[in-house]
Amino acid sequence: MSKSSLKLVLFCLSLPVLVLLLALFNGLDGHAIDLDAVLTGMNSSHLLGTDALGRDVLARLSEGLQLSLSVGITVVLLGGMIGISIGMLAGWIGGWLDALLMRFADIVLSFPGILLAIALAAMLGPGVENLVLALVAVGWVGFARLSRVQVLSFKSVPFVEAAIANGSSAPYIAIRHLLPNIAAPLLIEASFGLAAVIIGEAGLSFLGVGVQPPDASLGTMIREGTRLMLVSPALVIWPGLVLFSLVMAVNLLGDALRDKLDVRMDSK
Amino acid sequence: MFGQIVLTRILQAIPTLLGVATLVFFLLHLVPGDPVDALLGETAMPADREALRIALHLDQPILYQYGSYLSGLFSGDWGTSLVDHRPVLERIIERVPATTQLALVSLLLAVVLALPLGYWAARHAGKSQDVAAMGFSLIGVSIPNFWLGPILMLIFAVGLGWLPVSGMDQPGSMILPAITLGTALAAILSRMARSSWLEAMSMDATRTARAFGISEQRIWWRHAARLAAVPVVTMFALQLGAVLGGAVITETVFDWPGLGLLTIEAIQRRDYPLVQGCVLIIASFYVLANLAADLLGLWLDPRQRNV
Repeated sequence: MSKSSLKLVLFCLSLPVLVLLLALFNGLDGHAIDLDAVLTGMNSSHLLGTDALGRDVLARLSEGLQLSLSVGITVVLLGGMIGISIGMLAGWIGGWLDALLMRFADIVLSFPGILLAIALAAMLGPGVENLVLALVAVGWVGFARLSRVQVLSFKSVPFVEAAIANGSSAPYIAIRHLLPNIAAPLLIEASFGLAAVIIGEAGLSFLGVGVQPPDASLGTMIREGTRLMLVSPALVIWPGLVLFSLVMAVNLLGDALRDKLDVRMDSK
Repeated sequence: MFGQIVLTRILQAIPTLLGVATLVFFLLHLVPGDPVDALLGETAMPADREALRIALHLDQPILYQYGSYLSGLFSGDWGTSLVDHRPVLERIIERVPATTQLALVSLLLAVVLALPLGYWAARHAGKSQDVAAMGFSLIGVSIPNFWLGPILMLIFAVGLGWLPVSGMDQPGSMILPAITLGTALAAILSRMARSSWLEAMSMDATRTARAFGISEQRIWWRHAARLAAVPVVTMFALQLGAVLGGAVITETVFDWPGLGLLTIEAIQRRDYPLVQGCVLIIASFYVLANLAADLLGLWLDPRQRNV
Protein backbone atom coordinates (compact mmCIF):
# COMPACT_ATOMS: atom_id res chain seq x y z
CA MET A 1 0.00 0.00 0.00
CA SER A 2 1.33 3.42 -0.88
CA LYS A 3 2.31 5.68 1.98
CA SER A 4 -0.30 8.33 1.24
CA SER A 5 -3.21 5.88 1.11
CA LEU A 6 -1.99 4.23 4.32
CA LYS A 7 -2.03 7.66 5.98
CA LEU A 8 -5.54 8.23 4.69
CA VAL A 9 -6.74 4.87 6.05
CA LEU A 10 -5.26 5.65 9.45
CA PHE A 11 -6.86 9.09 9.37
CA CYS A 12 -10.27 7.59 8.55
CA LEU A 13 -9.90 4.94 11.23
CA SER A 14 -8.87 7.44 13.89
CA LEU A 15 -12.42 8.60 14.64
CA PRO A 16 -13.94 5.11 15.07
CA VAL A 17 -10.94 3.97 17.14
CA LEU A 18 -11.12 7.10 19.29
CA VAL A 19 -14.84 6.48 19.90
CA LEU A 20 -14.21 2.88 20.97
CA LEU A 21 -11.30 3.80 23.28
CA LEU A 22 -12.96 6.82 24.90
CA ALA A 23 -16.16 4.86 25.49
CA LEU A 24 -14.11 2.10 27.07
CA PHE A 25 -12.35 4.51 29.41
CA ASN A 26 -15.55 6.34 30.24
CA GLY A 27 -17.28 3.07 31.04
CA LEU A 28 -20.80 4.52 30.79
CA ASP A 29 -23.82 2.36 30.01
CA GLY A 30 -25.42 3.39 26.71
CA HIS A 31 -28.77 2.06 27.95
CA ALA A 32 -28.90 4.02 31.21
CA ILE A 33 -31.78 6.47 30.94
CA ASP A 34 -31.37 9.74 32.82
CA LEU A 35 -34.32 12.06 32.34
CA ASP A 36 -32.61 14.81 34.36
CA ALA A 37 -29.86 15.09 31.75
CA VAL A 38 -31.66 15.11 28.40
CA LEU A 39 -29.93 16.52 25.27
CA THR A 40 -27.13 18.02 27.34
CA GLY A 41 -24.56 18.72 24.64
CA MET A 42 -20.88 18.10 25.26
CA ASN A 43 -19.76 18.18 28.89
CA SER A 44 -17.22 16.52 31.13
CA SER A 45 -19.32 13.56 32.23
CA HIS A 46 -20.90 12.97 28.81
CA LEU A 47 -18.13 13.78 26.31
CA LEU A 48 -20.50 13.89 23.33
CA GLY A 49 -23.60 14.79 25.30
CA THR A 50 -26.79 12.80 25.77
CA ASP A 51 -29.78 11.89 23.58
CA ALA A 52 -33.49 12.52 24.11
CA LEU A 53 -33.62 9.94 26.89
CA GLY A 54 -30.48 11.17 28.60
CA ARG A 55 -28.39 8.25 27.37
CA ASP A 56 -24.67 8.80 26.76
CA VAL A 57 -24.09 9.38 23.04
CA LEU A 58 -20.46 8.24 23.13
CA ALA A 59 -21.38 4.91 24.73
CA ARG A 60 -24.14 4.38 22.18
CA LEU A 61 -21.80 5.27 19.30
CA SER A 62 -19.36 2.67 20.54
CA GLU A 63 -22.13 0.07 20.84
CA GLY A 64 -23.37 0.89 17.34
CA LEU A 65 -19.88 0.73 15.91
CA GLN A 66 -19.26 -2.69 17.44
CA LEU A 67 -22.57 -3.86 16.00
CA SER A 68 -21.64 -2.51 12.55
CA LEU A 69 -18.36 -4.38 12.64
CA SER A 70 -19.73 -7.64 14.01
CA VAL A 71 -22.70 -7.70 11.61
CA GLY A 72 -20.39 -6.71 8.74
CA ILE A 73 -17.83 -9.41 9.43
CA THR A 74 -20.45 -12.09 10.15
CA VAL A 75 -22.36 -11.38 6.94
CA VAL A 76 -19.22 -11.31 4.79
CA LEU A 77 -17.94 -14.57 6.32
CA LEU A 78 -21.29 -16.37 6.04
CA GLY A 79 -22.11 -14.94 2.62
CA GLY A 80 -18.57 -15.68 1.47
CA MET A 81 -18.65 -19.29 2.64
CA ILE A 82 -22.06 -19.97 1.13
CA GLY A 83 -21.34 -18.07 -2.08
CA ILE A 84 -17.91 -19.59 -2.64
CA SER A 85 -19.20 -23.13 -2.00
CA ILE A 86 -22.10 -22.67 -4.39
CA GLY A 87 -19.98 -20.93 -7.02
CA MET A 88 -17.21 -23.52 -6.93
CA LEU A 89 -19.73 -26.37 -7.02
CA ALA A 90 -21.52 -24.85 -10.00
CA GLY A 91 -18.28 -24.18 -11.86
CA TRP A 92 -16.79 -27.59 -11.09
CA ILE A 93 -19.79 -29.80 -11.78
CA GLY A 94 -21.33 -27.72 -14.56
CA GLY A 95 -24.36 -29.00 -16.47
CA TRP A 96 -27.87 -28.61 -15.13
CA LEU A 97 -26.73 -27.88 -11.58
CA ASP A 98 -24.66 -24.96 -12.83
CA ALA A 99 -27.55 -23.71 -14.95
CA LEU A 100 -30.00 -23.99 -12.07
CA LEU A 101 -27.79 -22.28 -9.48
CA MET A 102 -26.76 -19.46 -11.78
CA ARG A 103 -30.33 -18.89 -12.90
CA PHE A 104 -31.24 -18.47 -9.25
CA ALA A 105 -28.31 -16.09 -8.73
CA ASP A 106 -29.49 -14.05 -11.73
CA ILE A 107 -32.94 -13.72 -10.22
CA VAL A 108 -31.52 -12.51 -6.90
CA LEU A 109 -29.42 -10.00 -8.85
CA SER A 110 -32.54 -8.77 -10.65
CA PHE A 111 -33.49 -6.95 -7.48
CA PRO A 112 -31.74 -3.81 -6.34
CA GLY A 113 -29.73 -5.38 -3.48
CA ILE A 114 -30.84 -3.01 -0.74
CA LEU A 115 -34.50 -3.39 -1.77
CA LEU A 116 -34.39 -7.19 -1.50
CA ALA A 117 -32.67 -6.93 1.88
CA ILE A 118 -35.33 -4.45 3.07
CA ALA A 119 -38.15 -6.73 1.90
CA LEU A 120 -36.59 -9.84 3.45
CA ALA A 121 -35.85 -8.12 6.75
CA ALA A 122 -39.37 -6.69 6.83
CA MET A 123 -40.96 -10.08 6.23
CA LEU A 124 -38.69 -11.99 8.62
CA GLY A 125 -39.36 -9.47 11.36
CA PRO A 126 -37.06 -7.22 13.41
CA GLY A 127 -33.89 -8.34 15.18
CA VAL A 128 -30.20 -8.73 14.53
CA GLU A 129 -30.41 -12.41 13.47
CA ASN A 130 -32.97 -11.66 10.78
CA LEU A 131 -30.97 -8.64 9.70
CA VAL A 132 -27.92 -10.85 9.20
CA LEU A 133 -30.04 -13.42 7.37
CA ALA A 134 -31.44 -10.79 4.99
CA LEU A 135 -28.00 -9.35 4.23
CA VAL A 136 -26.49 -12.83 3.68
CA ALA A 137 -29.36 -13.73 1.34
CA VAL A 138 -28.34 -10.79 -0.85
CA GLY A 139 -24.58 -10.91 -0.27
CA TRP A 140 -23.69 -14.50 -1.28
CA VAL A 141 -24.41 -13.91 -4.97
CA GLY A 142 -21.34 -11.81 -5.75
CA PHE A 143 -19.05 -14.44 -4.23
CA ALA A 144 -20.84 -17.25 -6.07
CA ARG A 145 -20.56 -15.68 -9.50
CA LEU A 146 -16.96 -14.66 -9.00
CA SER A 147 -15.77 -18.05 -7.71
CA ARG A 148 -17.67 -19.86 -10.46
CA VAL A 149 -15.93 -17.88 -13.19
CA GLN A 150 -12.57 -18.37 -11.48
CA VAL A 151 -13.05 -22.13 -11.13
CA LEU A 152 -14.04 -22.38 -14.78
CA SER A 153 -10.81 -20.67 -15.79
CA PHE A 154 -8.71 -23.02 -13.64
CA LYS A 155 -10.51 -26.25 -14.54
CA SER A 156 -8.30 -27.09 -17.50
CA VAL A 157 -5.01 -25.77 -16.12
CA PRO A 158 -2.36 -28.57 -16.09
CA PHE A 159 -1.84 -28.74 -12.33
CA VAL A 160 -5.56 -29.21 -11.77
CA GLU A 161 -5.78 -31.82 -14.51
CA ALA A 162 -2.82 -33.59 -12.93
CA ALA A 163 -4.59 -33.61 -9.58
CA ILE A 164 -7.71 -35.10 -11.20
CA ALA A 165 -5.56 -37.71 -12.98
CA ASN A 166 -3.84 -38.88 -9.82
CA GLY A 167 -7.21 -39.47 -8.24
CA SER A 168 -7.49 -36.57 -5.80
CA SER A 169 -11.01 -36.09 -4.52
CA ALA A 170 -12.95 -33.04 -5.63
CA PRO A 171 -13.08 -31.45 -2.15
CA TYR A 172 -9.31 -31.91 -1.82
CA ILE A 173 -8.70 -30.25 -5.18
CA ALA A 174 -11.08 -27.46 -4.29
CA ILE A 175 -9.35 -26.65 -1.02
CA ARG A 176 -5.71 -27.39 -1.88
CA HIS A 177 -5.49 -26.31 -5.50
CA LEU A 178 -8.38 -24.03 -6.44
CA LEU A 179 -9.05 -21.93 -3.36
CA PRO A 180 -5.51 -20.56 -2.95
CA ASN A 181 -5.48 -19.58 -6.62
CA ILE A 182 -8.81 -17.79 -6.62
CA ALA A 183 -8.34 -16.16 -3.22
CA ALA A 184 -7.12 -12.77 -4.47
CA PRO A 185 -10.25 -11.60 -6.34
CA LEU A 186 -12.44 -13.07 -3.59
CA LEU A 187 -10.55 -11.04 -1.01
CA ILE A 188 -11.18 -7.86 -3.00
CA GLU A 189 -14.87 -8.77 -3.30
CA ALA A 190 -14.94 -9.36 0.46
CA SER A 191 -13.47 -5.96 1.27
CA PHE A 192 -15.94 -4.02 -0.88
CA GLY A 193 -18.67 -6.37 0.36
CA LEU A 194 -17.81 -5.42 3.93
CA ALA A 195 -18.30 -1.72 3.14
CA ALA A 196 -21.63 -2.46 1.46
CA VAL A 197 -22.85 -4.62 4.36
CA ILE A 198 -21.90 -1.98 6.94
CA ILE A 199 -23.92 0.62 5.02
CA GLY A 200 -26.69 -1.95 4.48
CA GLU A 201 -27.02 -2.75 8.17
CA ALA A 202 -27.19 0.91 9.10
CA GLY A 203 -29.63 1.57 6.24
CA LEU A 204 -32.03 -1.20 7.27
CA SER A 205 -31.84 -0.09 10.89
CA PHE A 206 -32.44 3.50 9.77
CA LEU A 207 -35.60 2.35 8.01
CA GLY A 208 -36.73 0.49 11.12
CA VAL A 209 -36.43 -3.06 9.79
CA GLY A 210 -33.13 -3.90 11.46
CA VAL A 211 -31.86 -3.31 14.96
CA GLN A 212 -34.68 -2.29 17.29
CA PRO A 213 -34.68 0.18 20.18
CA PRO A 214 -33.32 0.30 22.83
CA ASP A 215 -30.30 -1.33 21.14
CA ALA A 216 -27.96 1.11 19.42
CA SER A 217 -27.02 0.90 15.77
CA LEU A 218 -25.46 3.79 13.87
CA GLY A 219 -28.52 3.60 11.58
CA THR A 220 -31.08 3.87 14.38
CA MET A 221 -29.06 6.70 15.92
CA ILE A 222 -29.19 8.63 12.64
CA ARG A 223 -32.93 7.97 12.47
CA GLU A 224 -33.50 9.25 16.00
CA GLY A 225 -31.12 12.15 15.38
CA THR A 226 -33.01 13.21 12.25
CA ARG A 227 -36.16 13.72 14.29
CA LEU A 228 -34.31 15.98 16.72
CA MET A 229 -32.28 17.74 14.07
CA LEU A 230 -33.66 21.19 14.87
CA VAL A 231 -32.96 20.87 18.59
CA SER A 232 -29.69 19.03 18.60
CA PRO A 233 -27.96 18.57 15.23
CA ALA A 234 -25.00 16.79 16.89
CA LEU A 235 -27.20 13.72 17.37
CA VAL A 236 -27.41 13.17 13.61
CA ILE A 237 -23.90 14.38 12.81
CA TRP A 238 -21.88 12.05 15.08
CA PRO A 239 -23.27 8.61 14.16
CA GLY A 240 -23.10 9.46 10.45
CA LEU A 241 -19.56 10.76 10.71
CA VAL A 242 -18.43 7.59 12.49
CA LEU A 243 -20.18 5.39 9.92
CA PHE A 244 -18.82 7.42 7.01
CA SER A 245 -15.21 7.24 8.26
CA LEU A 246 -15.45 3.51 8.86
CA VAL A 247 -16.88 2.84 5.39
CA MET A 248 -14.31 5.11 3.79
CA ALA A 249 -11.45 3.28 5.54
CA VAL A 250 -12.79 -0.09 4.36
CA ASN A 251 -13.22 1.21 0.79
CA LEU A 252 -9.67 2.59 0.80
CA LEU A 253 -8.37 -0.77 1.99
CA GLY A 254 -10.30 -2.45 -0.81
CA ASP A 255 -8.81 -0.04 -3.37
CA ALA A 256 -5.31 -0.61 -2.05
CA LEU A 257 -5.84 -4.38 -2.09
CA ARG A 258 -7.08 -4.26 -5.67
CA ASP A 259 -4.17 -2.14 -6.86
CA LYS A 260 -1.67 -4.37 -5.11
CA LEU A 261 -3.11 -7.66 -6.34
CA ASP A 262 -3.62 -6.34 -9.87
CA VAL A 263 -0.01 -5.24 -10.07
CA ARG A 264 1.15 -8.71 -9.15
CA MET A 265 -1.09 -10.23 -11.81
CA ASP A 266 0.19 -7.82 -14.46
CA SER A 267 3.87 -8.46 -13.76
CA LYS A 268 3.25 -12.22 -14.11
CA MET B 1 -29.09 -10.58 -37.67
CA PHE B 2 -29.01 -7.57 -35.36
CA GLY B 3 -32.78 -7.74 -35.02
CA GLN B 4 -32.54 -11.39 -34.06
CA ILE B 5 -30.07 -10.66 -31.23
CA VAL B 6 -32.28 -7.86 -29.97
CA LEU B 7 -35.30 -10.16 -30.01
CA THR B 8 -33.40 -12.89 -28.14
CA ARG B 9 -32.37 -10.44 -25.42
CA ILE B 10 -35.96 -9.25 -25.05
CA LEU B 11 -37.26 -12.82 -24.81
CA GLN B 12 -34.60 -13.67 -22.24
CA ALA B 13 -35.99 -11.01 -19.93
CA ILE B 14 -39.31 -12.86 -19.66
CA PRO B 15 -38.12 -15.82 -17.54
CA THR B 16 -36.17 -13.36 -15.38
CA LEU B 17 -39.33 -11.35 -14.71
CA LEU B 18 -41.17 -14.58 -13.95
CA GLY B 19 -38.42 -15.57 -11.50
CA VAL B 20 -38.64 -12.16 -9.85
CA ALA B 21 -42.42 -12.55 -9.47
CA THR B 22 -41.93 -16.02 -7.98
CA LEU B 23 -39.43 -14.79 -5.41
CA VAL B 24 -41.78 -11.95 -4.48
CA PHE B 25 -44.62 -14.46 -4.05
CA PHE B 26 -42.59 -16.51 -1.60
CA LEU B 27 -41.70 -13.37 0.39
CA LEU B 28 -45.10 -13.51 2.09
CA HIS B 29 -44.40 -17.06 3.18
CA LEU B 30 -41.24 -15.96 4.96
CA VAL B 31 -43.33 -14.28 7.62
CA PRO B 32 -42.68 -16.51 10.64
CA GLY B 33 -45.67 -18.41 12.00
CA ASP B 34 -49.08 -17.50 10.67
CA PRO B 35 -49.17 -14.25 8.65
CA VAL B 36 -52.70 -13.72 9.92
CA ASP B 37 -51.39 -13.68 13.51
CA ALA B 38 -48.67 -11.25 12.51
CA LEU B 39 -51.24 -8.95 10.96
CA LEU B 40 -54.08 -9.07 13.44
CA GLY B 41 -52.38 -10.17 16.64
CA GLU B 42 -53.31 -13.37 18.41
CA THR B 43 -56.28 -11.83 20.18
CA ALA B 44 -58.28 -11.09 17.01
CA MET B 45 -61.80 -12.41 16.54
CA PRO B 46 -61.96 -15.78 14.72
CA ALA B 47 -64.30 -14.32 12.09
CA ASP B 48 -61.85 -11.53 11.23
CA ARG B 49 -59.00 -14.00 11.04
CA GLU B 50 -60.96 -16.20 8.68
CA ALA B 51 -61.88 -13.23 6.46
CA LEU B 52 -58.25 -12.16 6.19
CA ARG B 53 -57.15 -15.73 5.52
CA ILE B 54 -59.54 -15.86 2.60
CA ALA B 55 -58.55 -12.39 1.38
CA LEU B 56 -54.90 -13.51 1.25
CA HIS B 57 -55.90 -16.90 -0.25
CA LEU B 58 -54.11 -18.54 2.67
CA ASP B 59 -56.93 -21.10 2.95
CA GLN B 60 -55.92 -22.59 -0.40
CA PRO B 61 -53.06 -25.00 -1.20
CA ILE B 62 -49.81 -23.17 -1.97
CA LEU B 63 -49.67 -24.16 -5.64
CA TYR B 64 -53.14 -22.80 -6.14
CA GLN B 65 -52.11 -19.59 -4.37
CA TYR B 66 -49.10 -19.30 -6.65
CA GLY B 67 -51.18 -19.92 -9.77
CA SER B 68 -53.82 -17.38 -8.87
CA TYR B 69 -51.10 -14.88 -7.90
CA LEU B 70 -49.43 -15.20 -11.29
CA SER B 71 -52.65 -15.03 -13.28
CA GLY B 72 -53.65 -12.04 -11.17
CA LEU B 73 -50.42 -10.27 -12.11
CA PHE B 74 -51.17 -10.68 -15.79
CA SER B 75 -54.78 -9.60 -15.54
CA GLY B 76 -53.92 -6.50 -13.51
CA ASP B 77 -55.22 -7.85 -10.19
CA TRP B 78 -52.24 -7.33 -7.88
CA GLY B 79 -54.26 -7.90 -4.75
CA THR B 80 -55.88 -5.49 -2.34
CA SER B 81 -54.24 -3.30 0.25
CA LEU B 82 -54.96 -4.60 3.74
CA VAL B 83 -55.06 -1.07 5.11
CA ASP B 84 -57.33 0.96 2.84
CA HIS B 85 -58.73 -1.94 0.77
CA ARG B 86 -57.87 -0.29 -2.51
CA PRO B 87 -56.32 -2.28 -5.36
CA VAL B 88 -52.54 -2.53 -4.95
CA LEU B 89 -51.89 -1.69 -8.59
CA GLU B 90 -53.89 1.53 -8.30
CA ARG B 91 -51.90 2.65 -5.27
CA ILE B 92 -48.64 1.83 -7.04
CA ILE B 93 -49.52 3.66 -10.26
CA GLU B 94 -50.30 6.90 -8.46
CA ARG B 95 -46.80 6.85 -6.94
CA VAL B 96 -44.86 6.06 -10.12
CA PRO B 97 -44.56 9.66 -11.45
CA ALA B 98 -42.87 11.01 -8.31
CA THR B 99 -40.23 8.28 -8.31
CA THR B 100 -39.67 8.55 -12.05
CA GLN B 101 -39.15 12.29 -11.75
CA LEU B 102 -36.72 11.96 -8.88
CA ALA B 103 -34.79 9.12 -10.51
CA LEU B 104 -34.50 10.90 -13.86
CA VAL B 105 -33.29 14.16 -12.35
CA SER B 106 -30.78 12.29 -10.18
CA LEU B 107 -29.49 10.31 -13.14
CA LEU B 108 -29.15 13.46 -15.20
CA LEU B 109 -27.38 15.21 -12.36
CA ALA B 110 -25.01 12.28 -11.92
CA VAL B 111 -24.09 12.20 -15.60
CA VAL B 112 -23.69 15.97 -15.90
CA LEU B 113 -21.40 15.93 -12.88
CA ALA B 114 -19.50 12.71 -13.55
CA LEU B 115 -18.45 13.07 -17.17
CA PRO B 116 -16.67 16.45 -16.90
CA LEU B 117 -15.16 15.35 -13.59
CA GLY B 118 -13.92 12.08 -15.08
CA TYR B 119 -12.55 13.95 -18.07
CA TRP B 120 -10.83 16.53 -15.87
CA ALA B 121 -9.27 13.80 -13.73
CA ALA B 122 -8.10 11.82 -16.76
CA ARG B 123 -6.70 14.91 -18.47
CA HIS B 124 -4.65 15.73 -15.39
CA ALA B 125 -3.94 12.11 -14.43
CA GLY B 126 -1.58 11.83 -11.48
CA LYS B 127 -1.72 15.55 -10.68
CA SER B 128 -3.49 17.33 -7.89
CA GLN B 129 -6.68 17.83 -9.96
CA ASP B 130 -6.90 14.05 -10.38
CA VAL B 131 -6.41 13.48 -6.66
CA ALA B 132 -9.15 16.01 -5.89
CA ALA B 133 -11.61 14.46 -8.34
CA MET B 134 -10.95 10.94 -7.11
CA GLY B 135 -11.16 12.14 -3.54
CA PHE B 136 -14.66 13.41 -4.29
CA SER B 137 -15.44 10.07 -5.87
CA LEU B 138 -14.25 8.15 -2.80
CA ILE B 139 -16.33 10.37 -0.52
CA GLY B 140 -19.34 9.92 -2.80
CA VAL B 141 -19.23 6.11 -2.67
CA SER B 142 -18.58 5.99 1.05
CA ILE B 143 -21.18 8.47 2.28
CA PRO B 144 -24.46 6.77 3.26
CA ASN B 145 -27.43 8.49 1.58
CA PHE B 146 -29.51 8.30 4.76
CA TRP B 147 -26.90 10.55 6.35
CA LEU B 148 -26.09 12.78 3.37
CA GLY B 149 -29.81 13.62 3.12
CA PRO B 150 -30.21 14.87 6.70
CA ILE B 151 -26.89 16.76 6.52
CA LEU B 152 -27.93 18.57 3.31
CA MET B 153 -31.27 19.30 4.94
CA LEU B 154 -29.50 20.66 8.00
CA ILE B 155 -27.28 22.97 5.96
CA PHE B 156 -29.48 24.16 3.10
CA ALA B 157 -32.99 23.92 4.52
CA VAL B 158 -32.64 24.45 8.27
CA GLY B 159 -29.45 26.53 8.44
CA LEU B 160 -29.49 28.67 5.31
CA GLY B 161 -33.21 28.34 4.61
CA TRP B 162 -32.64 28.24 0.85
CA LEU B 163 -34.63 25.10 0.12
CA PRO B 164 -37.67 23.32 1.52
CA VAL B 165 -37.00 20.62 4.12
CA SER B 166 -39.16 17.89 2.64
CA GLY B 167 -42.20 16.98 0.56
CA MET B 168 -42.59 17.76 -3.13
CA ASP B 169 -45.07 20.59 -3.36
CA GLN B 170 -42.73 23.58 -3.14
CA PRO B 171 -40.42 24.90 -5.86
CA GLY B 172 -36.94 23.56 -5.36
CA SER B 173 -38.08 20.64 -3.26
CA MET B 174 -36.55 18.29 -5.82
CA ILE B 175 -33.02 19.65 -5.41
CA LEU B 176 -31.89 18.08 -2.14
CA PRO B 177 -33.38 14.61 -2.79
CA ALA B 178 -31.85 14.57 -6.27
CA ILE B 179 -28.40 15.47 -4.92
CA THR B 180 -28.74 12.84 -2.20
CA LEU B 181 -29.72 10.14 -4.67
CA GLY B 182 -27.35 11.20 -7.45
CA THR B 183 -24.11 11.58 -5.47
CA ALA B 184 -23.17 7.90 -5.24
CA LEU B 185 -23.84 7.35 -8.93
CA ALA B 186 -21.85 10.46 -9.87
CA ALA B 187 -18.96 9.16 -7.79
CA ILE B 188 -18.94 5.73 -9.41
CA LEU B 189 -19.44 7.06 -12.93
CA SER B 190 -16.70 9.68 -12.68
CA ARG B 191 -14.27 7.00 -11.58
CA MET B 192 -15.31 4.77 -14.45
CA ALA B 193 -15.18 7.65 -16.95
CA ARG B 194 -11.67 8.54 -15.82
CA SER B 195 -10.27 5.02 -16.14
CA SER B 196 -11.97 4.21 -19.45
CA TRP B 197 -10.94 7.54 -20.93
CA LEU B 198 -7.34 6.92 -19.91
CA GLU B 199 -7.50 3.41 -21.33
CA ALA B 200 -8.98 4.70 -24.59
CA MET B 201 -6.21 7.28 -24.87
CA SER B 202 -3.61 4.52 -24.88
CA MET B 203 -5.32 2.44 -27.57
CA ASP B 204 -3.94 1.98 -31.08
CA ALA B 205 -6.83 3.92 -32.60
CA THR B 206 -6.01 7.08 -30.65
CA ARG B 207 -2.29 6.68 -31.34
CA THR B 208 -3.05 6.47 -35.04
CA ALA B 209 -5.27 9.55 -34.80
CA ARG B 210 -2.43 11.40 -33.13
CA ALA B 211 -0.02 10.29 -35.87
CA PHE B 212 -2.38 11.81 -38.41
CA GLY B 213 -1.97 15.13 -36.66
CA ILE B 214 -5.50 15.42 -35.33
CA SER B 215 -5.70 17.96 -32.55
CA GLU B 216 -5.44 16.68 -28.99
CA GLN B 217 -8.80 18.21 -28.09
CA ARG B 218 -10.49 16.39 -30.94
CA ILE B 219 -8.86 13.08 -30.03
CA TRP B 220 -10.08 13.36 -26.45
CA TRP B 221 -13.64 14.27 -27.36
CA ARG B 222 -14.24 12.48 -30.64
CA HIS B 223 -12.08 9.39 -30.73
CA ALA B 224 -11.37 8.45 -27.13
CA ALA B 225 -14.78 9.53 -25.86
CA ARG B 226 -16.49 7.08 -28.19
CA LEU B 227 -14.21 4.22 -27.12
CA ALA B 228 -14.69 5.07 -23.47
CA ALA B 229 -18.48 5.30 -23.72
CA VAL B 230 -19.19 1.56 -23.71
CA PRO B 231 -17.90 0.67 -20.22
CA VAL B 232 -19.43 3.88 -18.85
CA VAL B 233 -22.85 3.02 -20.30
CA THR B 234 -22.60 -0.52 -18.92
CA MET B 235 -21.69 0.79 -15.48
CA PHE B 236 -24.54 3.30 -15.68
CA ALA B 237 -26.98 0.43 -16.26
CA LEU B 238 -25.54 -1.69 -13.49
CA GLN B 239 -25.96 1.22 -11.12
CA LEU B 240 -29.62 1.82 -12.00
CA GLY B 241 -30.53 -0.81 -9.43
CA ALA B 242 -28.61 1.08 -6.79
CA VAL B 243 -30.48 4.25 -7.76
CA LEU B 244 -33.87 2.52 -7.50
CA GLY B 245 -32.84 0.95 -4.18
CA GLY B 246 -31.45 4.26 -2.99
CA ALA B 247 -34.75 5.92 -3.87
CA VAL B 248 -36.41 3.87 -1.12
CA ILE B 249 -34.11 5.46 1.45
CA THR B 250 -33.96 8.95 -0.10
CA GLU B 251 -37.74 9.17 -0.41
CA THR B 252 -38.09 8.16 3.23
CA VAL B 253 -35.59 10.82 4.33
CA PHE B 254 -37.31 13.61 2.38
CA ASP B 255 -40.89 12.40 2.64
CA TRP B 256 -40.95 12.26 -1.16
CA PRO B 257 -44.25 10.57 -2.10
CA GLY B 258 -42.93 7.95 -4.52
CA LEU B 259 -42.74 4.19 -4.69
CA GLY B 260 -39.92 3.96 -2.17
CA LEU B 261 -41.85 5.79 0.51
CA LEU B 262 -44.90 3.69 -0.33
CA THR B 263 -42.81 0.54 0.21
CA ILE B 264 -41.67 1.70 3.64
CA GLU B 265 -45.19 2.82 4.62
CA ALA B 266 -46.51 -0.58 3.55
CA ILE B 267 -43.82 -2.32 5.60
CA GLN B 268 -44.59 -0.25 8.68
CA ARG B 269 -48.29 -1.07 8.41
CA ARG B 270 -47.61 -4.71 7.58
CA ASP B 271 -49.60 -4.30 4.41
CA TYR B 272 -48.00 -7.39 2.85
CA PRO B 273 -49.80 -7.41 -0.52
CA LEU B 274 -48.74 -3.80 -1.04
CA VAL B 275 -45.13 -4.62 -0.02
CA GLN B 276 -45.11 -7.42 -2.58
CA GLY B 277 -46.50 -5.14 -5.27
CA CYS B 278 -43.95 -2.40 -4.58
CA VAL B 279 -40.98 -4.77 -4.56
CA LEU B 280 -42.22 -6.40 -7.75
CA ILE B 281 -42.68 -3.14 -9.62
CA ILE B 282 -39.29 -1.72 -8.60
CA ALA B 283 -37.51 -4.97 -9.51
CA SER B 284 -39.35 -5.09 -12.85
CA PHE B 285 -38.25 -1.54 -13.65
CA TYR B 286 -34.72 -2.64 -12.86
CA VAL B 287 -34.91 -5.68 -15.16
CA LEU B 288 -36.26 -3.51 -17.99
CA ALA B 289 -33.62 -0.84 -17.42
CA ASN B 290 -30.92 -3.49 -17.63
CA LEU B 291 -32.45 -4.77 -20.83
CA ALA B 292 -32.45 -1.27 -22.29
CA ALA B 293 -28.81 -0.81 -21.32
CA ASP B 294 -27.95 -4.16 -22.86
CA LEU B 295 -29.52 -3.09 -26.14
CA LEU B 296 -27.81 0.29 -25.96
CA GLY B 297 -24.48 -1.50 -25.49
CA LEU B 298 -25.17 -3.63 -28.56
CA TRP B 299 -25.90 -0.52 -30.56
CA LEU B 300 -22.81 1.34 -29.34
CA ASP B 301 -20.36 -1.52 -29.61
CA PRO B 302 -20.83 -3.80 -32.62
CA ARG B 303 -18.26 -6.26 -31.18
CA GLN B 304 -20.80 -7.36 -28.57
CA ARG B 305 -23.14 -8.56 -31.33
CA ASN B 306 -20.98 -11.57 -32.08
CA VAL B 307 -21.68 -13.26 -28.77
